[in-house]
Amino acid sequence: MTLSPQLEAKFNKLLESYPPGRQRSAMIPMLLYGQDEIGSVTDDLIEEVAGRIGVTALQVNEVLSYYSMLHRKPMGKYHIQVCTNISCLLHDGDKLYEHACKKLGIGHKEATADGQFSLEEVECMGACSWAPAIQVNYDFHHFVTPEQLDRLLDGLKKNAV
Amino acid sequence: MLYNEPSPLETRVLSRRFGKPNSASIDTYLADDGYKAFLKASKMKPEEIIEEVKASNLRGRGGAGFPTGMKWSFVPRNSPKPKYIVVNADESEPGTCKDRLLMEYDPHQLIEGILIAGLSVDAHAGYIYVRGEYRYLIEILDKALAEAYQKGWLGKNIQGTGFDFELYTHTGAGAYECGEESALLESLEGKRGVPRIRPPFPAVVGAFQCPTILNNVETYCAVPAIIRDGGKAFADLGVPKAGGTKLTCLTGHINKPGVYELPLGFPVLKLIEEVGGGIRNGKKLKAFIPGGSSCPILTAAECEGATMDYDSMASRKSMLGSGGVVVMDEDTCMVKAALRIMRFYAHESCGWCIPCREGTAWLRKLLTRFHQGMGTRTDIDLIGDVSRNMLGRTFCPLGDAAALPTISIVEKFRQEFEDHLDGKPCPFEHARHMVTV
Repeated sequence: MTLSPQLEAKFNKLLESYPPGRQRSAMIPMLLYGQDEIGSVTDDLIEEVAGRIGVTALQVNEVLSYYSMLHRKPMGKYHIQVCTNISCLLHDGDKLYEHACKKLGIGHKEATADGQFSLEEVECMGACSWAPAIQVNYDFHHFVTPEQLDRLLDGLKKNAV
Repeated sequence: MLYNEPSPLETRVLSRRFGKPNSASIDTYLADDGYKAFLKASKMKPEEIIEEVKASNLRGRGGAGFPTGMKWSFVPRNSPKPKYIVVNADESEPGTCKDRLLMEYDPHQLIEGILIAGLSVDAHAGYIYVRGEYRYLIEILDKALAEAYQKGWLGKNIQGTGFDFELYTHTGAGAYECGEESALLESLEGKRGVPRIRPPFPAVVGAFQCPTILNNVETYCAVPAIIRDGGKAFADLGVPKAGGTKLTCLTGHINKPGVYELPLGFPVLKLIEEVGGGIRNGKKLKAFIPGGSSCPILTAAECEGATMDYDSMASRKSMLGSGGVVVMDEDTCMVKAALRIMRFYAHESCGWCIPCREGTAWLRKLLTRFHQGMGTRTDIDLIGDVSRNMLGRTFCPLGDAAALPTISIVEKFRQEFEDHLDGKPCPFEHARHMVTV
């Protein structure tokens, strides 16, 4: 498959980052950076990564199913991740998640029909002192109230149009 | 900008540069005496570095609390194999958000700690394993690495010392288990993050089957101060057998949540009342988790006289853990808390060891049923029984991490479980909603 010049450079740098004969180490970073660009871990991406690190596609499949951030299905353009783990739960993170479900009309690991949003109830993301916290793609949002979430989602919708 | 106002009760050693303008840049780091500890260490014998770390009484800050100097001394320095320095930046323990700040505000302090570790065992390469969700930190770290290479603090013959060191960042992709040292090493090799049987320990057979020092971010970040000011000065900040300071994350029902650097041995009630400004809404304390959800929970009564250090927590059959403090007020449903914690471990169990894989799944089912008001009296004992049968029967501590807090919650808050029996509504929720699994 053809990669963007940025991803090509990233892959090449990763392959040089590990000791000789240990290129397999680049697998998980390559899959994640590849997914960031392509939208999901596609069959083509698996073949590409497998070829570059010298393992079979089956070996890549076996590994990727372990990691919760790697998705075989495309997520939305804006992937909304709401933490409901203990510190966020004590600040009603569970209710914030339910609010997000209603607002977007989707559930856990689902995407809206227009592909703009997807939702995931996630485990601790390391924002416990600033709970409840969410991540939109890789961006953290702290002390999120349902009203703030509404404003954030409405703003992103406008962006999309 | 800081995430929270500092407290006057803090002893800021590792966090001394937090909030300063451009604190992540190498120029400001050098202006604040940065990398001087590395230069000092480069003139010391390796065993002298390790002795200084031992004298500091520094213990691993990731949760296990193993003495750092001793860990370093286990690395066979004269092995013909290359040695590696690996940084555990997979901060995932629920309640913990401190390594984030160390990397965000002062990445060069971390790099300097890694370099000193490298000098102590003759390692010339290192990897910072950062959890996938912390992408912005990988960008900050990569920028810091580029600056360090450009200014000659990484690479060949660093500052004319003759010491070479290559340092890389490596992203995870979502897995709590990869914060466990041997699972992290598997993941670093491009595999599923399942734990390895030990011995051999990573000091002897670690990254790429070579001798490896593997520590938490905060542990490495303490090393420049230890070399700069001496191990004894660092030790004296804390209590006997536990030197220095600990970054403590105050979370939950507290007026001033945030990350605070406090000397080891800081009183728990002072932490809640004076650093944290007391319990939110004037409520009473019900329960306290000292260092992440893997630690057995303390009741309010047990917090009396307790201090934030390894021995005080061990004497209360808990652990200091990672520094992720969770404060729960009198309105918290402990059944719901136990369920949420178990849902986490059931999700994160890698499935390698059957007691953990099956135990966490069954406990999640039992606790879900309980919280929905469909539990039976025998279930209360069954929860404890299943938990106790996981203890010590797994390759890594995740099984114990799931079982111990559950046992402590059932033992200490048994009445709340009884209050959920016979279809009675949860006494803590006016409009009960069903918890989905």
